[in-house]
Amino acid sequence: MIHIKDLRKTYKTPKGLFEAIKKIDLQIEQGEIFGIIGPSGAGKSTLVQCINLLEKPDSGSITLNGQVLTGLSEIELRAQRRRIGMVFQSFNLLSRRTVFNNVALPLEIAGVNKEEIKSRVDELLNLVGLSHLSDRYPAQISGGQKQRVGIARALACHPDVLLSDEATSALDPETTANILDLLRDINRKTGITIVMITHQMEVVKQICDRVAVLSHGAVVEVGATADVFANPQHDVTRAMVSAATESTLSEDSQEILVGRLKQWVQENPGQDAAIWELHLHDSRVSTGLFSGKAKDLGVSLSLLQAKVEDIKGVAVGKLYVQVQGSAQAILNARQALNNEAGVQIQEVVYESANG
Amino acid sequence: MNPQMVNLLIDATLETLLMVGVSGLAALFLGVPLGVALIVTDKGGLLQNMAVNRVLGAVINATRSVPFIILMVAIIPLTRLIAGTSIGTAAAIVPLAIAAIPFMARVAETAMREVDRGLITAAKAMGASPMQIIVKVLLPEALPGLISAMVITLVSLIGYSAMAGAIGGGGLGDLGIRYGYQRFLPEVMLIVVVVLIVMVQLIQSVGDWISRRLSHK
Repeated sequence: MIHIKDLRKTYKTPKGLFEAIKKIDLQIEQGEIFGIIGPSGAGKSTLVQCINLLEKPDSGSITLNGQVLTGLSEIELRAQRRRIGMVFQSFNLLSRRTVFNNVALPLEIAGVNKEEIKSRVDELLNLVGLSHLSDRYPAQISGGQKQRVGIARALACHPDVLLSDEATSALDPETTANILDLLRDINRKTGITIVMITHQMEVVKQICDRVAVLSHGAVVEVGATADVFANPQHDVTRAMVSAATESTLSEDSQEILVGRLKQWVQENPGQDAAIWELHLHDSRVSTGLFSGKAKDLGVSLSLLQAKVEDIKGVAVGKLYVQVQGSAQAILNARQALNNEAGVQIQEVVYESANG
Repeated sequence: MNPQMVNLLIDATLETLLMVGVSGLAALFLGVPLGVALIVTDKGGLLQNMAVNRVLGAVINATRSVPFIILMVAIIPLTRLIAGTSIGTAAAIVPLAIAAIPFMARVAETAMREVDRGLITAAKAMGASPMQIIVKVLLPEALPGLISAMVITLVSLIGYSAMAGAIGGGGLGDLGIRYGYQRFLPEVMLIVVVVLIVMVQLIQSVGDWISRRLSHK
């Protein structure tokens, strides 16, 4: 579908040369939603601009459905760019055109006749759920609605690919979720390939089938979204995952909990108690663990604090649990949990009546 | 005020309107394209061409540096070539237009710089040609700003046209100098000034109103 091969791009700056893209090789498949994620300065913007040749790479090639884009003349490129619909972070809608006429713009540029424009725009506005706002101006609609117009406009010329450049970064979380749902819907309905460039893990997590992690102008990890985030191999990926799942038990609450456990242990001779920190990576631990299994093992498990991200059905994160039971039962429970794939246990506190 | 004076005043007003109107049209039809040329040939522009950009910029700056009264007499041969005469209202229109075109080019350039670059990028990503971008994005989006630019140009032209008397161009400014100042008729001077104030106010208000109506920001 899209084949990026050995792409390089260096900018001249007053401070010397800046390698925005060191070397990127990517293969994006037909019909998938492919995420390109990375912190700012990773080279995401340069990469997007290189995909539709708004920025000329120094070397390497971009191939779209077998058509090599690099090396085409500017006039040939114009025709090819219609096969790539683009959605922008800042929407980039024309302020003096109505919603209808904004969506019509790419069709006018492509030289489509008036009746066809009318029917295509109506169809697109219907698809993004904005038929009732077709006569409004961009200043009169919300950010989420503006991005819907942006998406409708990007789809106008029946492109093969939708290129989304931080399309949800300027939106609030709820609107972001709505826009992502819309993109997922469009992908399912039309089979269009979508490339999502973003710095938000939520975006990738929610809709991307595969993801490439970008750092300092190079791809450091690529694979199925669940695999990449459940088992991050590179520091940049790890930092992103831990930023989303960072959780620690505060000293204050730990002190209170320990006090409570000490008292409980005194009141229940022969019973011990502990607090565990559980790290989940690529884990398929179900809630059954805390109810059914715990009961079987003769301990009572209760959840104290948790921050767990669900990435395409896989749990990643950290949680704190309190365990109560006989010393042997606690040991058994710990072993049982340790045997679970993708779970790591760290003991925070252990309280026993014997001291 | 005697009827003769009223006639003089009406004639002078019409002369001013004629001079400002025709040179204003020249500014619109030649100054705006020149402004577009400045924008698109500039660094990072649609048709970047630094050589053309520098030459255009230098010519515009040179023209704008010459005081209008000097420009008027300096280009008399050109005026004679275009208007067929070097004296009168028609002859005054030539230097006025030559002063107004580069002025308009600069203010139009400023207005077009206000257009968000993201819109140009979006149009490029749609596969638009530079001409399509100018016609469908740049000019329409800059229109409210271009109207304001036109207002500034017209108001400046009214000021310049007061000097047209130096080559027998007539107009309100000329009337004010010859009757109000040289013949010691302060009431004529006062009326001339009032008419000019009203004219400028009208142009400004109408221009602002149109500009606001066209803007949907």
